[in-house]
Amino acid sequence: MDSSPHDHGDDGADSAPPAAYRSEVTLSVNGKPHTLLIDHRRVLLDLLREDLDLTGAKKGCDHGQCGACTVLVDGRRVNSCLQLAVSLDGCDVLTVEGLTEGDQLHPLQRAFLDRDAFQCGYCTPGQICSAVGVLAEAAAGHPSHATGPATPPGRPVPLDAAEIRERLSGNLCRCGAYPHIVEAVQDVAL
Amino acid sequence: MKPFGYLRATTVQEAVQALAAHPGARCLGGGTNLVDLMKLGVERPGFLVEVNRLPLDTVAELADGSLRVGATVRNSDLAAHPLVRDRYPALSQALLAGASGQLRNAATTGGNLLQRTRCPYFQDVSKPCNKRVPGSGCGARDGTHRDHAVLGHSDHCIATHPSDMAVALAALDARVELYGTEGARSVPVAEFHRLPGDRPELDTVIRPGELITGVVLPAATASLPSAYRKARDRASYAFALASVAAVLHLSDDGTVAQVGLAFGALAHRPWRATRAEEALRGGPATPDAFAHAVDLELRAARPLRDNGYKVGLARGLALDVLTRLATPART
Ligand SMILES: Cc1cc2nc3c(=O)[nH]c(=O)nc-3n(C[C@H](O)[C@H](O)[C@H](O)COP(=O)(O)OP(=O)(O)OC[C@H]3O[C@@H](n4cnc5c(N)ncnc54)[C@H](O)[C@@H]3O)c2cc1C
Ligand code: SF4
Ligand code: FES
Ligand code: FES
Repeated sequence: MDSSPHDHGDDGADSAPPAAYRSEVTLSVNGKPHTLLIDHRRVLLDLLREDLDLTGAKKGCDHGQCGACTVLVDGRRVNSCLQLAVSLDGCDVLTVEGLTEGDQLHPLQRAFLDRDAFQCGYCTPGQICSAVGVLAEAAAGHPSHATGPATPPGRPVPLDAAEIRERLSGNLCRCGAYPHIVEAVQDVAL
Repeated sequence: MKPFGYLRATTVQEAVQALAAHPGARCLGGGTNLVDLMKLGVERPGFLVEVNRLPLDTVAELADGSLRVGATVRNSDLAAHPLVRDRYPALSQALLAGASGQLRNAATTGGNLLQRTRCPYFQDVSKPCNKRVPGSGCGARDGTHRDHAVLGHSDHCIATHPSDMAVALAALDARVELYGTEGARSVPVAEFHRLPGDRPELDTVIRPGELITGVVLPAATASLPSAYRKARDRASYAFALASVAAVLHLSDDGTVAQVGLAFGALAHRPWRATRAEEALRGGPATPDAFAHAVDLELRAARPLRDNGYKVGLARGLALDVLTRLATPART
């Protein structure tokens, strides 16, 4: 069953591995329950894009270095390229596709449009999902590297531009749309 | 990636038994390092034991005033914990200086301690690396080693340990709690990671099949002034080039009553600066005394061709942090 030493990890290439290497997993994606027999090697990003046809989350680096694959798991933002799907049994996954309510854009989606906060748009779904997480974290009183030491624990942290830049540092934008991204998030944070 | 078996362990016993039953198995915490290395072909486990469902996900105050942090507490939750922010600010600061918001949401206390080096030769299976393949040589020694060690390295390996969290834990006198088939034991964080010597494949003193169950922060360093500072190539989301964690408690007469000092990104383990600490204890808390003590410690540095800058960088960071802790009004 061993792959070659030059295999750099393109999982899913082998068709159906033996039962010991697969498990049944139930997870909800954008509110819809799925029960799937999953190859243990499958990461959430590939499951979303290839098995569930949800191509909003993007593959940039595949190694946790760019944030393009950011989604929310149980309300917390994570890099879906590093999450093994088998570890998410019972979890709620929310992708950029799940942020809209019918035709109603999420306020952050609206703000990204209003502020023209993208150029090619490749990083945008990750930026938006990450920003959803940032708002929740700040509201829950989570500090960041930019939070002053005198800020009291347990209270919402106000999000100024420095806070937003620091908290979104896990989302790279090759087009350099950062100034508008910060403005868009600030519009919703205020 | 090589196919692997998988167990979602729900008790510590079950996890330890599964590790014993599958030699070479790995624990899966947040996966942010392990899954990355599996994609690169550096880690090739045949079996994973998921530890996230173990009852090790809480921060609890113990009767003696110490704080026990479960192995699966996420880095973001630990950094935000009110007792950690209040009593061990260096730890919260170190966590928040590491990785990104997304990564910290997934990363666990146990996984952070056991994350592997970021040496590019270690991560590239086409390159020689004694840590990955013992006896194959060290690509970094005569190659690219700007980020590598200046203290405690060996002919076999010059890698650094990349964790920010571990540096703060070392300065704070924290201990790692381990559990294996031979029972429970605990090791000071400052002694948990090894120097490479001639066995660079061993990062730490953890035994095969042993589980990290938690970390204990002692009452003795609770609520003392402490801080963490890190220098990196960009303002955020980058590993340390050098970092410092310090705990400093002054007596009423202004002399040093208690001090803990540790450097990050300079060595194969968080570098507890015991020589500097000894020089400072009982003496004045002045810039001159700090400079003398830090220089005494860094005298042991043996920089490589391209990383001599780290010594001066670490010195500056240490003097800044110690001076700030000695004059709290200025922070
Ligand atoms: C792009 C990027 C940037 C980063 N920047 C930084 C940074 O600036 N500073 C920093 O400190 N870190 C940084 N990191 C590293 C990050 O902090 C670690 O990947 C993370 O802390 C590992 O925790 P985990 O729970 O995800 O570990 P995992 O990946 O799940 O596991 C890591 C190792 O620990 C073992 N393990 C996990 N839990 C246990 C346990 N309870 N008992 C025994 N063994 C266990 C696993 O088997 C594995 O060998 C960065 C990572 C990435 C990808
Ligand atoms: S420094 Fe250590 S980890 Fe890096 S190539 Fe040399 S032996 Fe390998
Ligand atoms: S694709 Fe996941 S972080 Fe880049
Ligand atoms: S808009 Fe192009 S990468 Fe961000």
